[in-house]
Amino acid sequence: MNYLIGLLSIVFFILAISVIVKSMKINKNLSEAEDPNSAADSSNNINAYGMLAFWFFGTVAGVWSFNASAPDFLPEAASAHGVTTDKMFWISMSVVTLAFFITNTLLLFFAYRYRYSKNRKATFYPVNHKLELIWTVIPAVVMAILVFSGWRTWRDITSQAPSDAVVIEITGHQFGWYVRYAGNDDNQLGNYNYKLIDETNNIGIDFTDKNSFDDFTATELHLPKGKPVLLKIHAQDVLHSVYLPFHRVKMDAVPGMPTKFWFTPTISTDEMRAKLGKKDFNFKLNCTEVCGRGHFGMAITVFVDEPADYKKWCAEQKPFLATNPAYLAKVPENLKAKAAKYIPAEPISVDSTATEAVSVN
Amino acid sequence: MSTAISHAEEVHTHAHDHEHEHHEPNFIQKYIFSEDHKTIAKQYLIMGILWAFVGGSLSIMFRLQLGFPDMQLEWLRPILGSWIDESGKIDKEFYLALVTMHGTIMVFFVLTAGLSGTFSNFLIPLQIGARDMASGFINMLSFWFFFLSSAIMFSSLFIETGPASGGWVIYPPLSALPQAMPGSGLGMTLWLTSMAFFIVSSLMGGINYICTIINLRTRGMTFTKMPLTIWSFFFTAILGLLSFPVLLSAALLLIFDRSFGTSFYLSEIYIQGQALPNVGGSAILYQHLFWFLGHPEVYIVLLPALGMTSEIIATNARKPIFGYRAMIGSLMGITVLAFIVWAHHMFVTGMNPFLGSVFMFLTLIIAVPSAVKAFNYITTLWKGNLIFTPAMLFSIGLVSLFISGGVTGIILGNSALDINLHDTYFVVAHFHLVMGSASFFGLMAGVYHWFPKMFGRMMNSTLGYIHFWATFVGVYAVFFPMHYTGIAGFPRRYYSFTALGNDGQNAFTDLNQFITVAAILTFSSQAIFFFNFVYSIFKGKKATENPWNSNTLEWTTPVNPGHGNWPGEIPAVYRWPYDYSKPGAESDFIPQHIPFSATPESNLPEENEEIAKEKAIESLLAAQNESYNR
Repeated sequence: MNYLIGLLSIVFFILAISVIVKSMKINKNLSEAEDPNSAADSSNNINAYGMLAFWFFGTVAGVWSFNASAPDFLPEAASAHGVTTDKMFWISMSVVTLAFFITNTLLLFFAYRYRYSKNRKATFYPVNHKLELIWTVIPAVVMAILVFSGWRTWRDITSQAPSDAVVIEITGHQFGWYVRYAGNDDNQLGNYNYKLIDETNNIGIDFTDKNSFDDFTATELHLPKGKPVLLKIHAQDVLHSVYLPFHRVKMDAVPGMPTKFWFTPTISTDEMRAKLGKKDFNFKLNCTEVCGRGHFGMAITVFVDEPADYKKWCAEQKPFLATNPAYLAKVPENLKAKAAKYIPAEPISVDSTATEAVSVN
Repeated sequence: MSTAISHAEEVHTHAHDHEHEHHEPNFIQKYIFSEDHKTIAKQYLIMGILWAFVGGSLSIMFRLQLGFPDMQLEWLRPILGSWIDESGKIDKEFYLALVTMHGTIMVFFVLTAGLSGTFSNFLIPLQIGARDMASGFINMLSFWFFFLSSAIMFSSLFIETGPASGGWVIYPPLSALPQAMPGSGLGMTLWLTSMAFFIVSSLMGGINYICTIINLRTRGMTFTKMPLTIWSFFFTAILGLLSFPVLLSAALLLIFDRSFGTSFYLSEIYIQGQALPNVGGSAILYQHLFWFLGHPEVYIVLLPALGMTSEIIATNARKPIFGYRAMIGSLMGITVLAFIVWAHHMFVTGMNPFLGSVFMFLTLIIAVPSAVKAFNYITTLWKGNLIFTPAMLFSIGLVSLFISGGVTGIILGNSALDINLHDTYFVVAHFHLVMGSASFFGLMAGVYHWFPKMFGRMMNSTLGYIHFWATFVGVYAVFFPMHYTGIAGFPRRYYSFTALGNDGQNAFTDLNQFITVAAILTFSSQAIFFFNFVYSIFKGKKATENPWNSNTLEWTTPVNPGHGNWPGEIPAVYRWPYDYSKPGAESDFIPQHIPFSATPESNLPEENEEIAKEKAIESLLAAQNESYNR
């Protein structure tokens, strides 16, 4: 509603200007003769005042709309690096907003102040090397400072993941995400191969790799709070992009080229719910690379658990092989014994659909 | 003023003895397959304006979906047919097609062809003092390849599977696999075909611009006496000539992948229950090739606008452009740097992070020449005597938008900050202000300023003022709030925001409505321009030779310059184009063709030395005439 009021005021602003311009035109004949040597007409002053008015209303609208929108901005970052980048964002943003405000103010004010007058002549002022040097050096220095701090942060974010990081595989497909955990025994993801994908093994887990045996899949992403997490990212069909807005994480998923991103979640889902006062708040994983019809709906829920709860949740998960014992047939003879450990004693029904991954739309 | 006129008359008296050989062209030669740069420029302009309305109306359709997701759009069915789904809303795939075609049309067909094509063609021969382009025939071919390309692109809007829909960047594999989305079928084939012709057209144009500027300058027109418009067209043409071929190769490899089973961009793909045999390709390779054009393209769009603005601001501030050489230097700096910043579009594609660091440094360097340009524009206004013609208003608007959109580039160029902002509305806000709106304002400024020379009549200035204010307020109202949704993490190219969760879709309901309504109003107000443009061509007030009291050579031509531009000799050039309000001078402008010997009262000490060179410049006349008769 507030915005509609803002909109109406803009409409009236435009109307007011057009009415004034029109009336000036009607009055043209009454006003004194225009300077024949100049293209300036009787509307010149109105346009000059328009610049001032634009500055004034623009500033008011800018400040007001920022404050009105701020409650909907992303809340405090829920990851360690996110806190750093958020701080840097707001510092950079204040620097550029200041530059934006000063330069636009000068531009609009000069436009008003130096509007045409037939009694005045413009100042012939073609060059001033000192001035030019100053405003080349100042942006260069400011830029250098911003870029240097940005580079250090970028270097830290993209550094090698700690060796104890929890490894989770995210695979994008039209239109959803598959999640695979490295398992409770070895924290090592098994190989995968896109040619092994079938209706049940929809990630293409390679069971000739013994690291695959304890891997389990999930329809939602669980992360331990305070522990580094390494996302290994794949795509099956077209480009996708893993986007965890609250964790300030984004990395494209590319078919044929594994990508990765590691970060440390710092706020659990429960803590965030308490912080925001929203009982049903949930972190999300969205897609930010256009991938087709269902692009906008390609999301799964992310839970950040206390480390103990995370351990408990992991322990409850059954390895893929345990829920789909038929895949034991794909395990090579020499590893059969190792794999068989994960097969439950009593046979479970083959048509289990427990691992059917979430698919939005 | 008086000296200018007397000299012009002098030129006229000994005119006509050198008759430029020409026969009266018939209608087709004159208006359709014309080799005259002025006609070709008008052809480009009219195509550009028509495309702008197409591209704009597409954006209004997707803005309706974003602003009013529950709105019944059944009334659009007569136009869109089955692209309106059963529930009376825009089809989800067609939404992506709208976004894609809006981007393609605006970037290439409006702001590249419509802007550069129009004004490079129109102004280069007129401002450097040439009778026409180096090759009128290639120039004509350039337009007709553009026309062919336009026809193909336009036809793709009407096919059953819809036009290309994978975003204007058409990243494979989405664009390579027809099974991934319907728009990647025939629509994409047409897109690629159209763009191939477009690139041919733009290369032909670019070669011509460069050759003409280097070879056909009139006597005395040294590089340091060229107007900044010409400098900007020169660098724009170089940018296009070096980068468009890379897009062509990217497109060709994509065509091979699509049609001949190659694997340049495809690897390990499982789609629709089928594992494709392609291995070893790299989807990232395409992105590198695309952005090697894609980033210079931003400057291909922007530099002509900046060049024209320099000219218009100097003329209407009645003041020399501040820091002429710094302006050339920053144009040159931007041109060089434009080639080595492309990967800042790819920080989060999985590219090596070290490469990301390198491109971050290079990207932030390009902000320095851009800042210098902004400061120089502002200083040009300082202590000027500002005449707010519609062209001047649009130029001031351009500077404002260039700054407002430019500053957020410093945020996005920082790879650490780009992680969260990449592909959000923050990016949309950034490039629509700095590249889209700023260049559009340059286009409008150019049309208002050079309309008298194009059509021999004046546009109505009151309608121009209303058009400016509506558009200026409008584009800020549309694009400024998008920063907010970007900071809130809203991704671009989203049909709706329901999957953000936590009532994310309700966060900016009223803001999105506001943007949509503002977009509709801004778009509608372009009708004022369209009416003014068409009406003034036929019924506008008759123009004079030099309505803005400007210094450059095009204003020494007759009101309706004929074939060959100057009925008599081409004037010689003795001074730079920015002698406005020179101390001591009687008139507040001294055109470029006035020798220093005619203005002893206003010459600076070093300019008095130039008088000695005037004889040498004049003696080049015979050689210049001979070069046209060869």
